[in-house]
Order: sequence, then structure tokens, then C-alpha cells
Amino acid sequence: MSEREVVIKLRGIRNQFGRQVVHEDLDLDVYRGEILGVVGGSGTGKSVLLRTIAGLQKPAAGSVDVLGTDVLNADEDTRQKLESRWGVMFQDGALFSSLTVRENVEVPMRAIPGLDPQIRRDLADLKISMVGLQYLAGDKYPSELSGGMRKRAGLARALALDPDIVFLDEPTAGLDPIGASAFDQLIRGLSHSLGLTVFLVTHDLDTLHATCDRIAVLAERKVLVTGSMADMLEVDHPWVHEYFHGPRARAAVPDKTTKGD
Amino acid sequence: MTNGDDTGFSVQPADDDGTVRLSGALTIRTVTEVRNQLKALDPSTLRRIDLSSVSRLDTAGAWVLLSLNRGAETGQIAFTGASAEAESLLNSVQQALPKPEAPPAHDSSFSAWLGQFGQRVYSGLMFLRALTGYLGIFLHRLARAIRHPSEFKLTSLVHHCEEVGLKAVPIVALMAFLIGVVLAFQGSTQLRQFGAEVFVVDLIAISILRELGILLTAIIVAGRTASAFTAAIGSMKMREEIDAMRTLGLDPGMNLFVPRILALLIMLPILGLIANIAGLFGGALMAWIDLGISPAMFTTRLVEGTAVSHVFVGLVKAPVFAMIIGIVGCHAGMQVQSNAESLGRMTSNAVVTAIFAVIVADAVFSIFFARIGI
Repeated sequence: MSEREVVIKLRGIRNQFGRQVVHEDLDLDVYRGEILGVVGGSGTGKSVLLRTIAGLQKPAAGSVDVLGTDVLNADEDTRQKLESRWGVMFQDGALFSSLTVRENVEVPMRAIPGLDPQIRRDLADLKISMVGLQYLAGDKYPSELSGGMRKRAGLARALALDPDIVFLDEPTAGLDPIGASAFDQLIRGLSHSLGLTVFLVTHDLDTLHATCDRIAVLAERKVLVTGSMADMLEVDHPWVHEYFHGPRARAAVPDKTTKGD
Repeated sequence: MTNGDDTGFSVQPADDDGTVRLSGALTIRTVTEVRNQLKALDPSTLRRIDLSSVSRLDTAGAWVLLSLNRGAETGQIAFTGASAEAESLLNSVQQALPKPEAPPAHDSSFSAWLGQFGQRVYSGLMFLRALTGYLGIFLHRLARAIRHPSEFKLTSLVHHCEEVGLKAVPIVALMAFLIGVVLAFQGSTQLRQFGAEVFVVDLIAISILRELGILLTAIIVAGRTASAFTAAIGSMKMREEIDAMRTLGLDPGMNLFVPRILALLIMLPILGLIANIAGLFGGALMAWIDLGISPAMFTTRLVEGTAVSHVFVGLVKAPVFAMIIGIVGCHAGMQVQSNAESLGRMTSNAVVTAIFAVIVADAVFSIFFARIGI
């Protein structure tokens, strides 16, 4: 694993809000092409971590290195170049409500100089189709879509520029089990066919099990442990043990947990 | 796929074999140029595209390659020399290629137009029916509150009286004062031509007392209060508070509509009276400055020349305007759905509808009073 290319490298991250310290001395590596799932209890700063990497939240200390660029100290041009190489899908899609789905997907493409408008529309249709939305969904407004469709449209927008990395914030929260599992497969499939690196924040054990190559557990203000699902089951820490051996975990990973418990 | 963000590429024209060699980056940044150059090639000579020197391929590049095959009559173009990743990307894009569905047929015939027109009329009538329904709810709950005073929310009524009445006094008074000033100024310029300056008092008194005082007050209150009602009830509707009230046995009509509409009913006549006074004051001031009509003379002329009936004709409209504003505001609030856009839409709808309805009602009143000769 050590020879694989590191695309996101966090060192010594410290985030705090007032006197409340969320992260302290946090280190994390994300490798190219993997799907990393970040889990942690409520309030452990999973979304804050995502926002830190995506440059939406400035840490009090530490360094964030994405695709070889120092995010925190990069100048405007470098940052902009970098931003076209990652995509972020927010919890409820965060689609622009005044634009149709197709126009939403076109928004990042408008930054490309000299891109023919017809090609832009066709590419937006392609992205919409790739995330499993129907062709006619492109003409709809976000308020006309269901929660699951909004998430898919948000993913299509995140993928508009073929980024190297996508950040997904709770991609399956609020979806019914069938929709959630379809979304899991979609993430897995896209990551495979597009060679995406996926940074995924979730609470959903089924998603972790179905999609993630590696899991990072946030607890005690840092990344407590990383590893595969099988590794997680061996961890001794009380919270991690409770998380991966609790009644819900047993339902999600039936074969191994029952033995380990 | 390498990660240089190189934007260079080249298209080598077909050799005898019908093979076109592409090299460089085929990405979203180059896709327009790539497509144009590929389109410029003679399709009959194009058999194969060699991708072995392509340094970077993304979905846009894959799409432009695959779209060459769409609608091609001379057989499909084969792609050779693609790396494993490029091959898998081509496959996934091929599978995902959107199949355009015909948008729902748009019938533009006369009968369709007529149908739409009918539907608009119908929904307009339904809207009026719904408003009438809300009027009924309000009156019913009000009657119930009179019979069972314990169910009536007095605190809420006082709160809304303060919100819609007391807090609107400064803006209403200022507006009416300025209208009085404007009327006096415009009136004096016109009437001076006939040497009939003194009639400016009648002009100001009649127009403000009969029409403008209450009408403009109602318009300001419609803008302020109808939107506030819609926003407050609408955000409760959005967060399912209204449903929660119903399951707890609390009636939205009694708890939300009655205090609000009743507060308007009480406060709008008072605001109208304040507007009348402020308007007359503004007019008197301007008449004094501009025409030298002293306040004493203004008062005398006002009392002699203007019947008290004008004040009543003006203020009798206030309760009707209040009902219109309150009912439109509450109804629009209840139409809000669970998304934030509908809240904004209904709020602006409420304001427009309330102002429009107030003006229509005023016109009806004018005709009515003219007919009965007041």
C-alpha cells in the first residue's frame, strides 16, 4: 500500500470553534483510486474534516495537501485549477434552485474556455445519464425531484469536470434502503470506471460495507484507526468496537461479526 | 491516464488503412477542437482510430469518440490501442450514452389553447372559492370564540395588534403626510390658473378622506402584513407545525387565523384614521407655505366645505380591506409546501394578490357609492 500514490495528505490538522477543539493533531492519507469511508460519532467533525480538505474551512494548524498542492497556501490560480480536479456532493445535493438539473451540471463546465454550448449540453446529459437519472430529469428543477434524485443530480454536478477526487457528504442519508443501496452501487461503479478517488463521510454501515475499500474512524479528535472492514472488527477501542459490533452492524455484516462477538 | 493538465493534442489524418491516429489529451478542455477536427475528416476514409498515444482521456473525450459512431452509415469506427483504463471508460460511457426521449408532446392547436384558458379560468374560480372558504372558517371560528370565550387567544390578538397596527403607525403616517403635501402642491399649481386656490382644501379633504387615506394605508398594510402572515404561517406549514397542531387537537383557524385577521379588522380603521389626520396635516402645511392659506382658514374651509359623510365613506371600507388582506395572507401561508422556494413564491403572491384585491374592492366601492349617491 505504501507505494500507491497519496492524493490527499493531512498532517497535524487542528480545527476548533471557540474553545471547543474538534480535531487535534489529525493525520490522514488517502490513496489514488480508493474509496475511503470516514465514520465517527455525531459531533466528531466528519463534515468539518471534509470541509477542511475542500478548502471551505481553514484549520487553526496543520497542512492539507491535495494532489501535490498545498491547499492552505496556494494562490488563487493554483486553487482554481485544483478545484476543477475535485467535486463535492453536499448532503441534499445543494443544487441551485433557480436552474434546471441540466443547467446545474453545466455550471462547472462554463469555466472551460471555448467549450461549445451544444457539446456542453450533451456532456451534461451524459453525466445525468451516468448517475442513473432519466433523460427528461435534465429539464426539471430541483424542487421537482425526490431526495434520491437530488443527490444523484448533485453527484452529476460534482462529476461534471471528471475530477480526480469526489467528496461525498452523507450520500445515503435520508434515502430508503433500496435507494441507498442503488446509490452505493452507483458510487462503486463510477469510482471503478472513472478511476475516481472517493472521500465519503457516512453514518451508514451498509454503505461502508458495500462501497468502501478503507475506513477511517474519527474519535478522540483524530483519525483513530484506518483499515478495511475486517481490520475494523479487530479494533479494541470501545467506541469502534461498539460501532462495528453493535446490533446494526451485525445486520450489515452478518457473516463475520456474529463470530467475533 | 496521466495527470498532466496538458491541453495539446493532434489528429493525424487517415492513412491508406483508414486509421486516424490521435495523440495528446482528449479532455473536456480540448473536446470542442477535437470534435471539429474529427468532423472535418472524410467519414468514408475513416475506419479505425488509434488511441495508443493519447495521454489523457476523460468522459468528454470518450463521448466525442463514441458520438462519431452515432448515425454513421458506413459501419462503425473501431478504437484501437486504448489502454485498459481508457477501454473501461469507453465502455461505461457507451453504456451511459443518453437515449433522448421525446419531450411530452406540446399541443399548440387552438383546442389546446382553449383548454389551457379554461383551466386558468377554472383555477381562478377555485382560488376565489378557497378564499371564500377561508372567510367562512374565520367567521365560524369567530362566532365560536364569542360563544366560548375561553378558547379565544387574547394574548395572541394583542400581540398581532401591536405587530400590524402599532408598528405600522410611523410608515402609514409618513406616507399620508407626504401624500397630503403632494396633493396640496399639485392642486395649487392647477387651481391657481383659475384663481380658485382656496378649493385646494376641498381637493385635499375629499381625496384623502374618501379615497387615498384608507386605500394607501391598505396597500401599505397589504405589503407589510399579508407577507408577514404568509411567511409566518407558511414556515409553520413547512416545518409541519400545522399538522402537529391538528394532531394535538388545536385548530389552526382558531389559533392562527382568528387572532391575525381580527387584529387587522381592529387596527386597519385606526390606521386609516391616523392616515387621514396625517394627510390633512400635510396638506394644510403645504397650503399654508405655498398658498398662504392659514391653518385657521384651512380648518374653517374644511369644516364648512367637507361633509362628515366623506370620512365615513372612507373608513367603512377599512374592515373589508382588512378581511381581504388577512384572508389572502392566511390562505397563501397554508398553500406553502415543504420546500423553501414555495414559501418565497407564496409570500410574493400574497402581497400581489392582496394589493390587487384591495384596489378592485375600492373600485367596486366607488361605483356603489356613486350609484347610491353618497
